[in-house]
Amino acid sequence: MKPKTADKIATTLIVFFALLIVAILIGLLGYILVRGLNHISWDFLTSAPQKIRAGGGVGPQLFNSLYLLVLTLLITIPLGLGAGIFMAEYARPGKLTNFIRLIVEVLSSFPSIIVGLFGLLLIVNYFDLGFSLLSGAIALTFFNLPLMVRITEQAFRTVPKAQKEAGFALGLSKWKIVTSVLLPVALPTIITGTILSAGRVFGEAAALMFTAGMSSPRLNFSDWNPLHTSSPLNPFRPAETLAVHIWKINSEGLAPDAIQIAAGASAVLVIMVLLFNLLARYFGRFIYRKLTASKRIN
Amino acid sequence: MQFRKSWIMALALTSVVALSACGNSNNGGNNAAATNTPTENSGSGAELSGSILASGSTALQPLVEQAAESFMDANSGVDIQVQGGGSGTGLTQVAEGQVDIGNSDVFAEEKLKDADAEKAAALVDHQVAVVAIAAVSNPDAGVDNLTKQQLVDIFTGKITNWSEVGGADQAIQIINRPSSSGTRATFEAFALGTKTEDLQGSVQEDSSGTVKKMIGETPGAIGYLALSYLDDTVKTLNYDGVEPSVDNVVSGDYPVWAYQHMYTNGEPNEVVKAFLDYMLTDEVQNGDVVELGYIPASAMQVSRDVDGNVTKK
Amino acid sequence: MRGKTNTKKIEKHHIEDMVGRIYMSLCVLLLIVIIVSMVYFVASKGIANFISGEVKLTDFLFGTKWAPEADTPSYGALPFISGSFLVTLLAALIASPLSICAALFMTEIVPGWGKKLLQPVIELLSGIPSVVYGFVGLSVIVPFLRDTFPGQGIGVAAGALVLSVMILPTITSVAADALASLPQNLKESSFALGATRWQTISRVILPTTMPAIMTGVVLGMARAFGEALAVQMVIGNAPFVPRSLFESASTLTSVITLSMGNTTMGSTINNALWSMALVLMLMTFVFVLLVRMLERRNKI
Repeated sequence: MKPKTADKIATTLIVFFALLIVAILIGLLGYILVRGLNHISWDFLTSAPQKIRAGGGVGPQLFNSLYLLVLTLLITIPLGLGAGIFMAEYARPGKLTNFIRLIVEVLSSFPSIIVGLFGLLLIVNYFDLGFSLLSGAIALTFFNLPLMVRITEQAFRTVPKAQKEAGFALGLSKWKIVTSVLLPVALPTIITGTILSAGRVFGEAAALMFTAGMSSPRLNFSDWNPLHTSSPLNPFRPAETLAVHIWKINSEGLAPDAIQIAAGASAVLVIMVLLFNLLARYFGRFIYRKLTASKRIN
Repeated sequence: MQFRKSWIMALALTSVVALSACGNSNNGGNNAAATNTPTENSGSGAELSGSILASGSTALQPLVEQAAESFMDANSGVDIQVQGGGSGTGLTQVAEGQVDIGNSDVFAEEKLKDADAEKAAALVDHQVAVVAIAAVSNPDAGVDNLTKQQLVDIFTGKITNWSEVGGADQAIQIINRPSSSGTRATFEAFALGTKTEDLQGSVQEDSSGTVKKMIGETPGAIGYLALSYLDDTVKTLNYDGVEPSVDNVVSGDYPVWAYQHMYTNGEPNEVVKAFLDYMLTDEVQNGDVVELGYIPASAMQVSRDVDGNVTKK
Repeated sequence: MRGKTNTKKIEKHHIEDMVGRIYMSLCVLLLIVIIVSMVYFVASKGIANFISGEVKLTDFLFGTKWAPEADTPSYGALPFISGSFLVTLLAALIASPLSICAALFMTEIVPGWGKKLLQPVIELLSGIPSVVYGFVGLSVIVPFLRDTFPGQGIGVAAGALVLSVMILPTITSVAADALASLPQNLKESSFALGATRWQTISRVILPTTMPAIMTGVVLGMARAFGEALAVQMVIGNAPFVPRSLFESASTLTSVITLSMGNTTMGSTINNALWSMALVLMLMTFVFVLLVRMLERRNKI
């Protein structure tokens, strides 16, 4: 075969496969949205699920997913920032640092079901937290923390060296340099990464089935005292998230419209992930502009 | 900048600490309520207060949840949480005192065997409902009735085509449950009368919804479902000529059924007892139980012990 | 006066510095504690059966019969282990060529809008939750396979197809990074010699970036190996080594999700499930080590 023909065939094939991937995504999204969108209404998003009658919604599940995300981020962000900054700025290259990096790698590639089982064993049973939002949030932290560490470390490493050196030249302490010179520059990248990882947390189900539970007790949305058991904010209640709900409804749903609910919930989940993606892009850019612009004025 | 940052960090940390702290107090309150209340029971008018934690069987969960809601409406001082996790989880947790009630599809003795047998002995059984299981097939299989022997032959792989039992010329596709499933244990014990080994190529799904979907969609499929899941997408098969109906189960004519158990560790305290009693009232037995597709335990004209011996009441 | 404030300031800085350092060391320590306790707990549960002698290690690893509820129970996990490897390898075989093409498309064929088009596609694909993949797999791929091939649609092929879409983004993004980091002059000298684009790609670009691309493939396989729900929904879960691609089979993750809740903690079958979790965990170590080896080769 002439090289030219081979080139043409190969190019066509590559373009074909690349477009095939695009087609797969469009097909996937299209399928989920087309099947789900006409089931989504304000009522569907806010009302409680029905066990055997049609017309149930996913209100509590949606709330649980969001609340669990907030709890997880509350635990993950400070820890992840700390460990990430340590890795980027403090750790000296050597065996220990190498070992820690290995740990982060291993932890981030653990299957989520292992994380869930470990959560069941340690948090749910051993620490006796039961199936609860807090158990779920801690399990998700195990799952999200390595990601957060890596995001932070990478963000700090991309900060130009000159910035740090200028700080040292001014006689600033390391901590001062980290918090007031490097962190603001690294922040946009960190925020983008965090929001993207939030999307992953939002869709996680395997780790939560064993930790946050698969039941959703009745919630009283007018009671916001986190200590009351029927309060939506109580972190010690079991909580079924949207992703777990899809799993459960697909398998155990007794309601006659279970399939439509699963389709609708899938669509909601995918839309939320889309939103996280858009938000990550937009917010990262926005913060970057804001921080750099304010720098110039000062 | 660093001020705000450290503020947020501090805030997050304290909130985490605070949350875990109130977790402890919550649990403490839980136990205290459970132990304190029983002394001052003075008949029907006394206001109950305390909290109940139940976990276990996902099949029983909707019923307990629904009953718990109406019980909490009537007793505002009581808080009941119902969690899933599976029968095994429920039994483990009630045996170890992590929950007040363990929900199970099977007798505790069947799950807690050998080394754990004494754990099972400490558990007190409360049978709140009955679930009957029917053999079902894809509607195109063309069979209405299967005898016990035919079912055994199908599930052991001796019969592989529907034409052998008088149906269409179609290969039989078994949609089974995993061997740890309570539904399968019930079906094997009372419909087949024997344990079966998994067959190569058979499909195993744990959840009734998926089983129903698969049987409805797959030509030649056979499986089994609780009565509450039956609808037009699948064909319900008679067993030895007996229709799997509620009446036939209640009278004892249809043998493939099992109790739904709510286990307590030792005799229950007052709050838990009140709730379990409530589960057995006519209000629940003829209301939620029937509505959710279970059969009231109180209506049964026969009873069965852990070894499977059936006696007329 | 001046000197005083100065020393005060330095002291404050020192304290801040120290607090910050301690806090960060604690965070890292926590990471180590998490992983150590994870390995410890899973391992101690996982080896319980072998220590008590209930199950022999060789019977577990090489036994083909999984019948924990039978009168003479047997706990062979080979069907699950082989199932996991089978779907993982198949998924990698399907996804790798697609991903490499996508990466080439982004970096070599149309570097400008190719990246603009595919980058968000890849990110979205990786963002779709696994239950949604399972749901779509069950309602699209399974009926499709049932109509086109012998068998019930459910089975190894369905699992591998669902997984391959799920690991596409992992492989593509690693491969694209590798291709983009290739020195420009390598390509240019190939073009200068009169090579066509395909000759350049096949003889220069792919061979040099192969270790890096393989890193992506291994990372993808690690994800496929550990994926639970999506696979469980479409694979059929029969505890046998499958005889054909369209026959129902099981993976380690699928049997764990199916049976964990149905068994009581401490029972032999429950511990056998933990042994499988331990196998999953050990495989994760293997995958990470593989990635490290590939990265080291990449550096040289």
